[in-house]
Amino acid sequence: MASSIRVRATAGAETTEVQALIQHPMDSGFVKDAKGQLIPPHFIQEVVFEHDGKQVFVADWGPAVSKDPYLKFAFKGGKKGDDLKISWTDNKGGSDQLTAKIQ
Amino acid sequence: MYQVTSDGIDKTRRMILQGAAVIALASIAGIRFGLTEAFAAANDKYPEDAFKQKSSDDAIKSLYGKTATASDKVKLDAPEIAENGAVVPITVSSSLPDVTSISIMVTENPFSLAASYKIPAGTVPSVASRLKMAKTSNVIAVVEAGGKLYSASKEVKVTVGGCGG
Repeated sequence: MASSIRVRATAGAETTEVQALIQHPMDSGFVKDAKGQLIPPHFIQEVVFEHDGKQVFVADWGPAVSKDPYLKFAFKGGKKGDDLKISWTDNKGGSDQLTAKIQ
Repeated sequence: MYQVTSDGIDKTRRMILQGAAVIALASIAGIRFGLTEAFAAANDKYPEDAFKQKSSDDAIKSLYGKTATASDKVKLDAPEIAENGAVVPITVSSSLPDVTSISIMVTENPFSLAASYKIPAGTVPSVASRLKMAKTSNVIAVVEAGGKLYSASKEVKVTVGGCGG
């Protein structure tokens, strides 16, 4: 299966800009399905970005984050060819990770 | 018998000094390590309780244990009108130094806290993401910088809610 994470990290003069898109339903627990049954909450709780063995960004999410979440941030350092590791875990114990190369 | 040459004393002295130095270093390192570890532990845990609070005040209290003051150094970029409450692009940035955390609340959502971001040293205090909004509501951005809390808020009008069925 293709990874649920799509990421583009671009090294600039001083900072590395990271844009990430994760495929996830992010069910809030307030939405009903076609039969009128509540769809139980299912959402990503934590996303961690690591560069050079150090956390550069941590996102804690509640169910109010949109479906297929998008995230953009930048950190100092990082150069072309470096590894950027992304991992997420959701409230049902699901997880995924990806190591991307900084461009 | 026990003979102590001046050389011997010197050696012992040096060893004692070295030992003391090592202990001193170790204890400093220990304290430092202990502190960062405790800090990281407190910071690493998913703030389950904060995400269950209904009001933003309670969420902020649960998350940081203090209250925020409004500041124009917190920049909250959100649309005036969101046509689709399911996807509201929101960007928070700050010109404050030593930003360690950025959180976003939507006051009228069932649970106020939407997202909380940890900003380690060296990471730019700016984050863009997309949130769901149940209805027209104030959006509050809270920035923790240098141990203090600052906030900015903005009303976003929602024409189609993103949380209901």
